Amino acid sequence: MPFIDPHAHMISRTTDDYEAMAAAGIVAVIEPAFWIGQARTNVGSYRDYLSHILGFERFRASQFGIQHYCCIGLNSKEANNEALAEDVMEILPEFATKEGVVAIGEIGFDEQTALEEKYFRLQLDLARELDLPVMVHTPHRDKKKGASRSMDIIIEHNLAPNRVVIDHVNEETVREVTERGFWAGFSIYPHSKMTAPRMLEIVRQYGADQLIVDSACDWGISDPLSVPKTAELLAAAGVSADDVRKVTYGNALAAYGQSGQMNEQDWASTAVDQRSRYDGNTILRGGQDPRVEEKS
Amino acid sequence: MQDGSETATRMGLLRGWLAARVSSEALQWLDDQAEKIAAAPDQRVLTMAIGLAPRKVGKAPLDLTAQELAAAAAVRPGFNARDWSTDQAARVFLLLASAASSAGEEGFAARLDRLFRSGEIGEQLALLRGLPLYPRAEANLATAGEGIRSAVQPIFEAVAHNSPYPAEQFSEAMWNQMVVKTLFINSTLVPVVKLDERRNADLARMLVDYAHERWAAGRVVSPELWRCVGPFAGNRYLDDLARVFRSADRDEHRAGALALSECATPEALALLDADGPLAASIRAGELTWDRLYDAGIAKLSDHPSLP
Repeated sequence: MPFIDPHAHMISRTTDDYEAMAAAGIVAVIEPAFWIGQARTNVGSYRDYLSHILGFERFRASQFGIQHYCCIGLNSKEANNEALAEDVMEILPEFATKEGVVAIGEIGFDEQTALEEKYFRLQLDLARELDLPVMVHTPHRDKKKGASRSMDIIIEHNLAPNRVVIDHVNEETVREVTERGFWAGFSIYPHSKMTAPRMLEIVRQYGADQLIVDSACDWGISDPLSVPKTAELLAAAGVSADDVRKVTYGNALAAYGQSGQMNEQDWASTAVDQRSRYDGNTILRGGQDPRVEEKS
Repeated sequence: MQDGSETATRMGLLRGWLAARVSSEALQWLDDQAEKIAAAPDQRVLTMAIGLAPRKVGKAPLDLTAQELAAAAAVRPGFNARDWSTDQAARVFLLLASAASSAGEEGFAARLDRLFRSGEIGEQLALLRGLPLYPRAEANLATAGEGIRSAVQPIFEAVAHNSPYPAEQFSEAMWNQMVVKTLFINSTLVPVVKLDERRNADLARMLVDYAHERWAAGRVVSPELWRCVGPFAGNRYLDDLARVFRSADRDEHRAGALALSECATPEALALLDADGPLAASIRAGELTWDRLYDAGIAKLSDHPSLP
């Protein structure tokens, strides 16, 4: 069964993770631009970060037969550095129009400051202008109000809810998100955010049609196999194969595929060939044996 | 230094290829963008057009005809676009449009570097493949050097393979780094343009050192490596050539023979005569470095240590 992990910060992960993800059936990942654990101090490092996830990280993923897409945006934490934020806004349009960019994201609220709101609104306008879906980060603190306010603002900016994924949803926010017609993303974490057993209850209660499971794996304790593991748990608990497929593959493709930059054909014919040309060769360091596999 | 008409000729070449392969809407889009870019070479219009190009013209291989390849080589000797795709031709076309005015040409190298540094992987590949076509070739050396330093093999090969640019512009130190790295990352030397012309004694020494390092670790050495050693081997590296020549591996044996023939000292030629048929085939021009590759010489596989 193929899986998509529609929220994975692969820049922070190892080749072991990539190997395990590919072995578990993950065919595609979406890497949203985010905060790297420490504040960037100037637009140059932000520019390098964006080109890194669009360049070297995409190449690394290709080595393991995994298609790699990006969301481009200014995250809410760094939106609070106004000088940096102004400069980043200036470069976002050119990055957002690059190949394989499936959304503006992850954007939204962290502390819910005025500056966060300002740049959230500006980026919603950019998404509308470029006709791109949006990935919204909901805050860890005061989540319910933050999510609600985010959705109000999105509607105010005339974006269709079915082109927006509200991410890091939990039991407290899922009802409003689904009732208002948005996609609801669930980041399945080992300790925080959301767990697979809780996810099972949510699928039972809300149905599979608007729910999307992701790992949000990053530099913290997180599990890049969250999506296949959740699928396994859902299936074992009797959720239909069709519904499991929706929440771990189909819905993410439907939501982000609206960008026109992500298609099933992208991975249908991909075979891992560490010797291949573009999509690439190799993380091999000076003469390891290339790994070549046929994909049936 | 070249004049603006040369850039126009090269743009015409690329446009001709695209005109035969993309829709009239896509071609119109390209022409519109090129006009805007020519008028404002350092504005966002160029960056965004380069980003959007694959959506407009697709990413199919160009599959140039023999006639088209010959025409390209006439416009730009050594230039070979046999592996190019439509999006790459479009991206290079758009970038060349930024050099239409003399002011645009003036700032070309800085613009190329800026685009390369913020490019996604497909853009970087196209930008580097265009190196032989850009104005003020020597000014673009820094960007070419960044490509050679890349850890992404297709990016590296976009500079090193099927391009006359490195042989024309690289210093000996840069050239040698490129050749050694080509082997180090398990790439191949055959598509390196003017490889034989730029062989040198220091490169031969670096490669022999590298071979010794690999042997010491019990690993195989690409038979292609000896292509750059033979003419500088003298008696100094004769033992190494002899070892390769005596290999049980067919490709190594042939590579050793070719290197001995190019070493051409009486001792080397005497060694070579141990395999009369092979020596004859080299003298007759049947076995060459390029044909050795066609026989699968670049396809390395681990095998038990050599006799």
